[in-house]
Parts: sequence; C-alpha cells; structure tokens
Amino acid sequence: MKPRAGTLFAAAAPAAFLLAAPFFLSTYWVMILTEILTMSLFAMSFNLLFGYTGLLSFGQAGIFGAGGYFAVLSLIHGPSSLWAAFAAALLGSAFLSMIIGWFCVRRDEIYFAILTLGFGMMLFTVAHNWRSLTGGSDGLGGFTLPPLDLLFWRGSLADPRHFYFLVLGVVFLGALLLYRMVHSPFGLLLRSIRENTQRLSFVGADVRAVRLCAFVVAGTLAGLAGVLFALFNRIASPEMLHWSFSGKAVLMTILGGSGVLFGPAVGAAIFYVLEHVITAHTTNWMVFLGAILVVLVLAFPRGVLGSLLHLAARRRGRPRP
Amino acid sequence: MLSVRDLHVYYGDSHALQGVTLEVGSGEIVCLLGRNGAGKSTTLRGILGVVPPRSGRVVFNGVAITGRPVYESVRRGLALVPEDRRIFAGLTVQENLEVASLPARPGQNAWTLERVYEAFPLLARLKHRKGGNLSGGEQQMLAIARALVGNPLLLLLDEPCEGLAPVIVEELGRVIAGIKHEIPILLSEQNARFALSLADRGYVIDKGVIRFEGTRRELLENREVQSRYLSV
Repeated sequence: MKPRAGTLFAAAAPAAFLLAAPFFLSTYWVMILTEILTMSLFAMSFNLLFGYTGLLSFGQAGIFGAGGYFAVLSLIHGPSSLWAAFAAALLGSAFLSMIIGWFCVRRDEIYFAILTLGFGMMLFTVAHNWRSLTGGSDGLGGFTLPPLDLLFWRGSLADPRHFYFLVLGVVFLGALLLYRMVHSPFGLLLRSIRENTQRLSFVGADVRAVRLCAFVVAGTLAGLAGVLFALFNRIASPEMLHWSFSGKAVLMTILGGSGVLFGPAVGAAIFYVLEHVITAHTTNWMVFLGAILVVLVLAFPRGVLGSLLHLAARRRGRPRP
Repeated sequence: MLSVRDLHVYYGDSHALQGVTLEVGSGEIVCLLGRNGAGKSTTLRGILGVVPPRSGRVVFNGVAITGRPVYESVRRGLALVPEDRRIFAGLTVQENLEVASLPARPGQNAWTLERVYEAFPLLARLKHRKGGNLSGGEQQMLAIARALVGNPLLLLLDEPCEGLAPVIVEELGRVIAGIKHEIPILLSEQNARFALSLADRGYVIDKGVIRFEGTRRELLENREVQSRYLSV
C-alpha cells in the first residue's frame, strides 16, 4: 500500500512537533511533554495486551514500577551509569513478566485481570514493606543522576531539555518495536487471539506461547517506561506499582483508542493537558476532569484517535484495513 | 492415515461418544452421517482434542495424538473446519489466510495464497473485505481455504452445508470434489445426499455409537439405515 500525502503528513506533523517542541515551549511544558511521552510508552505497552491481544492487565503498573526500582537500585548499588540502569531494568522486568505471565496467560477475560491484579498487589506490597531495600513508603530516591553520555554528544539529565530528548529517543524506539510487532505475522496472531482463542489453535498456533510472548514484550516496555518515570521524578515510589496506576493506563487507552497503536499516546496527552489546565483553575479538578472524560468517552466510542481515523477512512470511502 | 479406536467422550456426565471406531485411508473421502446431536461434531472435536476424550486412541499419520494439544495436531497436518461461523471476523480475508499459513511438507503441492485465490476466485475478489462482512457461503469458502493454506495432510470438515442455500451447497460440492484427489477428508454431514455424492464410503452414527459402515453404494441402497438413522 502506498502512503498517501495525507497519511504522510499525519505522521510527519507530530514527529516534527515533538522534535521542535523544546525550542519554543517553556521548561514547564517541556516537562509535561516528557511525562506525556513516558506515560505514552507505558500505556502503549499496556495496549499491546489490551487492544491487540484482548487481555486486560491490572498488573502493568507493578512491572512498570519494578522497572523503576531496578534502575534506581542499580544506580545506588552499582555503577553510576545510565546504560547499566537501563540494562538492569530491562532484564529485571523481562524476567519478572516471564514469571508473572507464565501464570496469568493460562486464563483470559476477568480471570486474567484478577490474576494480574493479584500479582500487582504483591509487587506493591514488596515495594511498600521491604524498607531495607526499597525505602518503604518513602520511596527510593537520593541517588545521583548518572552522566548522559552518547557517543557523539554529552548532555546532562539535570537539564529538562536534554532529558526530554532522551525520553523522546527511548519512547521512539519502544514505539517502533511495537509498530513492527503489530504489523508482523505475530501481530496478526495477536489480533486473532483477541477474537477467538479456540479458533487460533485450529490454525496451529500455541495460544499460551503467543500470549506469553506478548506479555513479556509488554512488561519489558512497561519497565522501560518505569525507568524514565523514576529518573524524571528522581525517585522510585511504591505508588508506581499500585493497581490504580494501572488504571491510568486503562483510562488513557480507552480515551485515545485501543484499536490504534498511537491511541494510548493521544489519550495520555489529553489526560495530562486537561489535568494541568484544570488544576490551574480549581482544586476540585477531579470533578471536571471526570466530567470531560465522560463526555469524551461517550462522544468517541472508539477513542479520540480511533474515531478520527475511522472518520477519515470513511471520508476516503474505503474501510480501514 | 487416521485411525480412531474405541473413542469415549463425555460432556460432564453425559456420555456423548460411546466407543467410536473409524478409519480414513490416504486418498479417500469418508463421510460421517447422522442426525442432529448424533455425535458427528463431537467425533471430530474428540479426534482433534478440542474435547479431550476420556478413553480411546487416535493415531494420525503413525503418531498417537490422543490428549495432545490442538495446535500440535494441527501442525502435524490435521485440519478442522469447524461448524458454525468459522473465521476471524475482525481480520480481512487475506489476513485470515495469512494467519493460518503453515509451510508445506516436502513433496506436497503447496497451497499458497496465490493457489488458493486461483481455486477460489470469489475470495480473490473479497481479499480486503473483513471476515465479519461476508455471507454465510463466503465464510464457509474462506474457512475451507484457511484450512488449506495450513497445508494439511487430512481435512476434518464439520457440516459444511449447514445453513447454506442450495446453490451455494452445489458450489461447495465442486470445491470439495476439487481437493479430494489431493487431501483425504473426513466429512461430517446431516445432508446424506450431498455427502454421498462426494464420499467413497461412510459411517452412520447415532446416539454416540457407530450403527452402520459401508461403501457409498451400500449406504445409498440401504433403505432401513436411511429411515432409521438419517432423515432422507
């Protein structure tokens, strides 16, 4: 399929905006954009399971938070190296999601949701109560930021704009991986699982193995997002692992559209922008945010991005593939 | 090719298959006839392991597959075209076929996507249509085509005519006749006339027990079996 001019523009415009934003936005908004990107990666990892595989995980935050802790622990007890921290978090969250996934992919629907919720609660309690290792409810902070050393460029993580570009790069790589994955034959298997697991076994696929694979990829990317989140806040805290934090990913995904890869990213952007705009005016921001979300979800049943793409496809007069 | 010995299947407490024994040799098309609820679908599902048999033995291509996971038997070359709506509704025709493609075995005349589109020109026209937007007959064609791209060694066809218009059934008969020289088929059918126009021999099942076994001619000529176990 040849990309149309419109499609090309729709992809290039956000990319150009994200690259240029730090040069014209205030530091405050650059930091919000950093948060949005981080949460986008988290929500997109969740959506690989939810939107593409039909598995609703309430434990995604557990692995996200664990990734943050792995990175901070590596910075405190290991070398002061950003790459070592990333490596520790990637390996740690991949391993963790392999163990959790091994149990959870045996069930689907509400049972899967409850299993992941159970594991998430266990991880939260470990982070909250193992004071000597995790700092308990205070969280684990007080580490020195590692140097930001790229082969061709030396930046500083303390500079919000440098940090922004690091996050942008990491999120881009994560999104690229997800894009390649959902557009591969493996992605087709995932979408078939979402529709009917029994039929998938009729075409010769091992449903559990495919699901476990998706779970590990989603968990690893969530852990990666957790590293960015912990570095950004200079602390890994137990709240990151709480199931209500998984709920944020659910909300952002539904808001942006679970059927499209970048839906959760759009949802994250809407969520954060609304939150910041409303909190500037009132302390009762949850009431207004809630009301706006209700309207958005009612008006855009496929999510904001999903509905817009659907509309655009209808205008062009052919069903979206 | 496929040999089923004394297969017993239960749904909870109900004894759905009470010792079914049957054979399908290479190069033949065998039908399994019976009324609604006689145990036809259960036999096919028991063979593939969709419902794990309580006892009995299924040997496919020289390997005992009783109690093995479904996907494993499918990869060994045993394909089921299940009854009722059989396809991934949210995937396009092309995607339905892609997801089911398995490599051909050495010496097999491979069913590639191109070859399937040649054999089913209808599907070639509907390539980009969502599976859920196909008619019943189109879905059945797609279900058979999807089984073929898995390059199976044996096809289990479960009531392919069910709910289809007579003209579609005719078309379906031509399709099945076209592949029967290449792939042995176990065809479960209520429609005895349709099944016997294709099959070399057949079994008649009732209440979970095989009541009669014979060649096409024997089945066609046996009025008693027809009136007792089939609704002809």
